[in-house]
Amino acid sequence: MSFFRAAFTIAGKDLRVELRGREVVVAMAFFSALVLLLFAFAFIREGKAAPDAAAGILWITIALSGTLGLSRAFDRERESDTIAALLLAPIDRGAIYLGKLVGIIAFMALTLAVATPLVALLFDVPLFLHPGPLILLLALGTLGFSAVGSLFAGTLVRNRARHVLLGILVYPIIVPVLIAGARGTQALLLVEGADFDAVWLWAKILALFDVAFVILALWVFEPLVASD
Amino acid sequence: MKLRTLDLVFLAGALLVAAAMVLAPGWIVDAPLPMASGGMAMAWTQKIFYFHVPAAWCTFLSVFVCAAGSVLHLAKRSRGGDALAVAAAELVVVFGICTLVTGPLWARKEWGVWWVWKDVRLVTTLILWITFIAYLFVRRYGGPGAERLASGLALFGAVNVPIVYISVFFWRTQHPKATVVAGGLDPKMRAAFWLSFAAFTVLYLLLLGVRIRLERARHRLDELHVAADEAGLLDP
Repeated sequence: MSFFRAAFTIAGKDLRVELRGREVVVAMAFFSALVLLLFAFAFIREGKAAPDAAAGILWITIALSGTLGLSRAFDRERESDTIAALLLAPIDRGAIYLGKLVGIIAFMALTLAVATPLVALLFDVPLFLHPGPLILLLALGTLGFSAVGSLFAGTLVRNRARHVLLGILVYPIIVPVLIAGARGTQALLLVEGADFDAVWLWAKILALFDVAFVILALWVFEPLVASD
Repeated sequence: MKLRTLDLVFLAGALLVAAAMVLAPGWIVDAPLPMASGGMAMAWTQKIFYFHVPAAWCTFLSVFVCAAGSVLHLAKRSRGGDALAVAAAELVVVFGICTLVTGPLWARKEWGVWWVWKDVRLVTTLILWITFIAYLFVRRYGGPGAERLASGLALFGAVNVPIVYISVFFWRTQHPKATVVAGGLDPKMRAAFWLSFAAFTVLYLLLLGVRIRLERARHRLDELHVAADEAGLLDP
């Protein structure tokens, strides 16, 4: 089986399972709504959100609900030790990683479809004034987060402390992605009008991280999941 | 007790560091204070520079040493690579503390604040430091296979550094530039700085060497323990 066929087969399998149960996406979307409500309770004073807070809140919500989705999506491979079967399959290990990555990105995209309008609504910001640049930033950020997240979630499947370790491994690495994403989104939401030069700049930085993360993860996945 | 070559190297390094510690205070006090941007001489806290910059250098050097060890460990399953990586990771945290404590002490006097969130150098150093605390945490509590997970983390941490540094060009920094060190320093300042720089580097290499030896001794002890157990020597 070719590399990409294998990857798409795995992604297709994940999406089919999800389509039947809808467990991960519903949990992620509901969780992100809850997190946004918590932020709303914490940051809204006298009916107004702190200026500039919305962009950061959106990106933190992505990271938090993404982590939840990652651990659930990979726990599924643990239940009847299907991860072992997957790793035994005569395909490139990189293809397994890529397939998982595509699946996670799809889950996160669906979650964002709920979370982003909710941010616009709760914090009263014109997020959808420039949908194109916003979607570009979100897509690049999601790719960066998922690239790191899928690698470590996949590696941790058989680890007893996986729920504790996932956040500890993923968050320090994706801080620059969160900074770039939040700054880019802030530039879109400026009161005096969007600063497209800044948005473009942050999008380029995000793309740089994405490329580096995906290449490194493809290389590292094999030695990380190999069992002794 | 027989002294081996390696012991002699360690001893020589320790003597060098000790000599530098005797010399450096005088040189550092003697060095003139540079001008601040306002045209006035900087405050005395500027002397922190002689500790802060070498400590930061060792922190970043150590990140790349750790990444190199991790690559060896992941690609070749090399035990030595892993020992190098863990030794370097601990030193990232140690020298990182020195950097992150001395920096704000200076900044408080010169900039009026302890910390500037929008400065890319400060934020990178902090992120790196936290990444390597996470590294040690994973190794300690990660259970079987933790070394490999930690190696992966170290690689991503190291990859972040150059990318964030590229973004320095876009992201304004108020941190003094590295060119301050390259030229334009008073000869006395330069001498004191390079002495301190050399002392820190030798100290770093010493600590790295000692820690690698400890890690190797630990591996050896584990192997002996297993061998003894298999030979039935540990049975009561």
